[in-house]
Amino acid sequence: MLIQMIPEIGHFALILALLMALVQALMPLAGAATRRPLWMAYARPMAAGQFGFVLLAFLCLSASYLLDDFSVANVANNSNSLLPWYYKVSAVWGNHEGSMLLWILMLAGWSFAVACFSRDLPEAMLARVLGIMGLISIGFLAFILITSNPFERLLPNVPGDGADLNPLLQDFGLIIHPPTLYMGYVGFSVVFAFAIAALLGGRLDAAWTRWARPWTNIAWAFLTVGIALGSWWAYYELGWGGWWFWDPVENASLLPWLAGTALIHSLAVTEKRGAFKSWTVLLAISTFSLSLLGTFLVRSGVLTSVHAFANDPSRGFFILMLLGVTVGLSLLVFALRAPRVSHAVGFNWLSRDALLLINNILLIIMTVTVLLGTVYPLLLDALGMGKISVGPPYFNALFVPLTVVLCLFMGLGPVSRWKRMATGELWRRLALAGLAALVIGILAPLLYGGEWNLWVSLGLVSALWLVLPILRDLYDKSRKTGLRRLSLAYWGMVLGHLGVAVTIVGVAVVSNYSVERNVRLAPGDSVQVAGYEFAMTDLQARRGPNFLADTATFEVRREGATRSFTMAPEKRLYLARGMPMTQVALRPGLFRDLYVAMGEDLEDGSWAIRIQYKPFVRWLWLGGLLMAAGGVLAVADRRYRRRRATAPAGKEALA
Amino acid sequence: MKRRLILLVPLLGFLVLSIFLYRGLSLDPAQRDSALLARDFPAFEASTLEDPERRVDRSLLEGQVTLVNVWGEWCPTCKQEMPQLLDLAERGIRLVGIDYKDTREQGLEFLEEFGNPFEVNIFDPEGELGFELGVYGAPETFLVDRDGIIRYHHTGYITPQDVREVILPEVQKWQ
Amino acid sequence: MTPKRKQKLFVILGLVSLAAIAIGLTLYALRSNINLFFSPIQIAAGEAPIDRQIRAGGMVKEGSVTRNRDSLDVEFVVTDFVEDLAVRYSGILPDLFREGQGVVVVGRLTEEGVLRADEVLARHDENYMPTEVAEALEAAGYSPADYGVKLD
Repeated sequence: MLIQMIPEIGHFALILALLMALVQALMPLAGAATRRPLWMAYARPMAAGQFGFVLLAFLCLSASYLLDDFSVANVANNSNSLLPWYYKVSAVWGNHEGSMLLWILMLAGWSFAVACFSRDLPEAMLARVLGIMGLISIGFLAFILITSNPFERLLPNVPGDGADLNPLLQDFGLIIHPPTLYMGYVGFSVVFAFAIAALLGGRLDAAWTRWARPWTNIAWAFLTVGIALGSWWAYYELGWGGWWFWDPVENASLLPWLAGTALIHSLAVTEKRGAFKSWTVLLAISTFSLSLLGTFLVRSGVLTSVHAFANDPSRGFFILMLLGVTVGLSLLVFALRAPRVSHAVGFNWLSRDALLLINNILLIIMTVTVLLGTVYPLLLDALGMGKISVGPPYFNALFVPLTVVLCLFMGLGPVSRWKRMATGELWRRLALAGLAALVIGILAPLLYGGEWNLWVSLGLVSALWLVLPILRDLYDKSRKTGLRRLSLAYWGMVLGHLGVAVTIVGVAVVSNYSVERNVRLAPGDSVQVAGYEFAMTDLQARRGPNFLADTATFEVRREGATRSFTMAPEKRLYLARGMPMTQVALRPGLFRDLYVAMGEDLEDGSWAIRIQYKPFVRWLWLGGLLMAAGGVLAVADRRYRRRRATAPAGKEALA
Repeated sequence: MKRRLILLVPLLGFLVLSIFLYRGLSLDPAQRDSALLARDFPAFEASTLEDPERRVDRSLLEGQVTLVNVWGEWCPTCKQEMPQLLDLAERGIRLVGIDYKDTREQGLEFLEEFGNPFEVNIFDPEGELGFELGVYGAPETFLVDRDGIIRYHHTGYITPQDVREVILPEVQKWQ
Repeated sequence: MTPKRKQKLFVILGLVSLAAIAIGLTLYALRSNINLFFSPIQIAAGEAPIDRQIRAGGMVKEGSVTRNRDSLDVEFVVTDFVEDLAVRYSGILPDLFREGQGVVVVGRLTEEGVLRADEVLARHDENYMPTEVAEALEAAGYSPADYGVKLD
C-alpha cells in the first residue's frame, strides 16, 4: 500500500518543502529587518526541514525508478525494466524534471550546510543568508511543482514498459557529471546570498568575504570538476574525439566558471586589503546569475545544442521570470545599497592588488566574449537579421590570445607582494624563470618529432611562465622559512595555478599534434597512423542486453614493437529507441590516447573507421582536477579552521 | 549621485539582455504552429492497412471533422497514446490513422494488441504521406475539418489532459 | 591632481581602453567567423557567397546519397522541396544522417553551385528538425498543396 503511494508521498514532500521554504525566506528576513531574534531563529530549523523533505522527494523518485513504476510518466519516458539498476538511478537526473529535482536538492543541501557550519555567524547575517537562499528555493520549488512535476502519473493506462533512457546517457560519465556540475552551479548561490545579505545589512566590510570564501572555493572546485567530466564524457561518448565544442550548453557552464574564477581572486583582495568591495559584490551576483542564465539557456531551448533538454515554452517563460526577478532584484539592491564612496586604497602598479585587478578584468572580458558569442545568434534572430551560428573559430580567435595575456600576468601574481613592490626585486625574481620558460618553450616542440609549431610553443611558454616563477618562489621560501611553514592556502594557490598550466599544455599539444585518419577498412586491411599499425582482424555482430552491435576487432602494434594489443570499437543500435550509438575503443595513456571509432557501414563488408592519435589529451582533465584540488586545499587552511573551533566535529570533512 | 547611476549600469545591461531572451523564447520553433495550418490536407493516393486492395485519397477526409493520427508499431509513445485515442473514438469523433514507416504485419499486430480507434488506416510504409505532412516523428495528430483543411496540429504524445483541454475543444470549434 | 586621483584616472583609462580593444576584437572575430544560413532556394537565387564558409540545410533527398566505391567520398542532395542543392563530402557521416531527414551542412559553395562540405550535422535525436531547416521549409512555402506543383 505504502509502496504504491511512493510518488504521492514524494509530491506531498515537495509541497511541504515549498511551504517550509516560504517560512525560511519570510520569517528570518522580516526578523532581520525588524531585529526580532525569535523570527530570525526560524532560519536554521526551516532550512533543515526543507532539506529533509526535498531529500524525501528525491528518494521517492529514485524508488519509483528502481521499482519500475511505469505509472509515473517520468519513469515511463526515461527508464526501462531492462536497464541495469545503476542506470535506473542515474536516469533520475537524465531528464528535465528529475534534474530539476536534483538541482533543488543541492540548493536545499547547500542551505542546510550553511545552517550547520556557520555557528559563528552573527544571527542577523545568518538569517538573511538563509532567507535569501529560501527565496531562491521558493522559485525553483514552484517551478518544478507548476511546470515540471516529476511525479505525474499515467493513469489509468499504465504502460507495460518504459521508453528507455537515451543511450547516450547510459554511461558512467553521466552518473557523476550532472551532480558535480549542479553542485558547482548551485553552490554559487551561497556566496550570492552572502553578498546580498551584506548589502541588505549594510555591513559591507571584509567580514562577509571571509565567511563566503570557503563556500565559494568549494562550489568553484565542484564546477571545475563538473566541466572537466563533461569534456571527458563528450570525448569518449560522442565518437568524434572532440573535447570541447563551444556548444551553448558547454558555454553555459564555462560562463559561471570564468566569473567564479574572477570572484575567488577578488574575494581574496577584499578580505586581505579591503579593496574592490562593490566589485566583489557585483561579481558574486554575476556568478550566480550566470549559473541561472545557463539553466535558462539549457532548459528553454532558445539555443539549439547537442544536449539541450526537450523544450517547453511555458517552462522557458517560467525560468526567464525566475531569472528576471532574481537577477533584476539583486542588481537593484546592488545599485541602491552598494557603498557610495569607493574606498580608495593606494597601490603600486606592480603590486599583487594591481595584478589581481588585471586578472579580474581579463577574466570578465573572457566571460563577456563567451556570453556574446553564445547569445549573438539569438540577438540577430530577435532583430530579424538572419539565422547565424557562431562557430569555434570565433571563440578560439578570442579565447586563445586572452588566455596568453592572462598567463602573462598570472605568472607575476604569486611572486608579487601586496600594496607595492620594487621593480628591481620583481625583475630579480623573474628574469631567470622568464628566460628559461622562453627557451624551453621554444625548443621543446622541436624535440617532439622535430616539427615546430607556433601555437604549441606559445602554450608551453605560457605554461612554463606560470610554473617556473612559482618553483623559484618555493625554492626561495624553502631556504628562508622552510616549506613546512607555508600555509595550506598557499599550497592551494600553487596547485591551482599548476592545474591551469597542465591544462594549457594539454590544449596546446592535443589541438596541434593530433592525427586523425578516416579510412575505409574491411577485415584483413591495415593502416598506419602516427607510428602505430592498426590491423582490422575481425568484424562481428553481437547482441547486448538492450542493443544490437557490430563489433570490429583491431590488432594494434607500435612500429618496431613486437607486442600488440587489441582494440574493439562498436556501433550499437539501441532497440527501445531505434537509436544508433558509437562505442569508442580507447587506449589511454598519460602522453597519448589511441582512439578508434566505427563510422558507417559501407555495405560491402567494409566500414568507415575513424582512427585518432591524441597526444597529451589526458592533461586537459588532469589540470582540471589539480585546479579543483587547489580550491579545496585552500579551504582547509588553518585560519578557517580556527575560526570555527567552536563548531561541532564533522565539519572538517566539508572544510 | 553620478556614482549611483554607474551602479545601475549592470541592471540596465541585464534588462536589455532579458528582453532579447524573451524574444528568443517566442522565436522558439517548437511552439510555432505548423506551416500546414489552414491549408488543404495533401493530396495522396494509398492503400489501406486493413485491405491492400482498397485505395483511398483525399476525399476520405472530407465531409466530416476527422482526427488524423500518425503512428507506427515501432513507436513506444504511440502505444501509450492509444487509450486516449480510443476514448476520443468512443465520444463519437472520427479518427483516421496513418501507419507510418511500418510493415503491414506489424501494423495489424499493433492494432490487435492495443485496440483500433480508427475508422480506417492509411498505409504509408515509405513515409511518403508523412513526408508531405512534414511529420518529424510519431505520434503526431492533425485535425482536419469537413472541407479537408488542416485546423490543428499536435506534435507528440496526447495526454488524457490534452484530450480534455485541447483536443475536444478544438474538435468542437470546427464541428 | 593628487596621486590617488591620478591613479584612479589611470585605472579608468586602462579599463576603457582594454574594453575598447576587447570589443573591437570581438566584433572583428564575429564578423569573420559567423556562418550565415542559406536555404537551397536562396542558394539557387545566387544569394549565398561563393567560396566562403556558409551553412545550408534542408531534407536529404530520398535516393540521392551515393558513396564512392573505394574512398570515403559521398554525394547527396539537400532539398527544401523547391530547389535542390548538391553536396560533396569526404568523411564519416553522423549516426543519424538519413535520407528523408533534416540535415545542416557547413561548407563552401563552388562556382558550379555545389557545396563542398567540411561538416555534416545531424542531431542525436530522431525527432529533431534543425531550427533553420524548419524555417527554411516554411519560408519555401512548404505546404503539401504546392508541393506537388513545385516539384514538377
